[in-house]
Amino acid sequence: MTVKVQAEDFDLGREVDALRHAHPEAGAIACFVGVVRDLNQVATGAHTVSALELEHYPGMTEKALQTIVEAAQGRWALADVLVIHRYGKLAPTDQIVLVAVATAHRGDAFAACEFIMDYLKTAAPFWKKESTPDGTRWVEARDTDDVALAKWQ
Amino acid sequence: MQIQLKFFASVREALGVADETVRVPDSVVTVGDVRSWLCRRGGPWAETLAEGRALRMACDHVMTAPATRLTEGCEVAFFPPVTGG
Repeated sequence: MTVKVQAEDFDLGREVDALRHAHPEAGAIACFVGVVRDLNQVATGAHTVSALELEHYPGMTEKALQTIVEAAQGRWALADVLVIHRYGKLAPTDQIVLVAVATAHRGDAFAACEFIMDYLKTAAPFWKKESTPDGTRWVEARDTDDVALAKWQ
Repeated sequence: MQIQLKFFASVREALGVADETVRVPDSVVTVGDVRSWLCRRGGPWAETLAEGRALRMACDHVMTAPATRLTEGCEVAFFPPVTGG
């Protein structure tokens, strides 16, 4: 298991290659990449987000992500898991998060990847602040995140 | 008891404080008690930490319920629902 919280970008191809070569027993690698959108949350339909600032809670963030991955490992037989989450100033189309799960077969890889993202959305201490022409605003948590989580409970 | 306080995101901005070391009275024994005790400071504290406001709490880096008991030197954090990913 590897958990990284970093300001720097990541290279999806390189990360998957590393997982692939480290685990010849794994027949499946499922990946999720979260990306900054230019659509602001107020749902005006206008594509107006020029920047996104991601704040986190150093110390707790790493621990929360590890706990989530351990929960996934307790549920499925996983060869390996990689989570990279960025913080700091990002722009539309920038990568925010990568979850990559290597398993023997695809079913567990898809399920564990979704499970980790659903938990991350409600339990990892990150907060997004959007910059728009009208100023900055904190993004509010969505009820749909709690709904997504409920299916695992 | 002396504890560390931390505030993040919109809560930090509303309070104008990121962290603080405080000595709490003996009557303050849980994380929820800390919230109520801080509310008594009034102004933005009363507003931001008010009961009913969507607020998450952590004790020593673990998201926690109000009933969690404090320990000497523990780190208690208050922040809005998270929006990462």
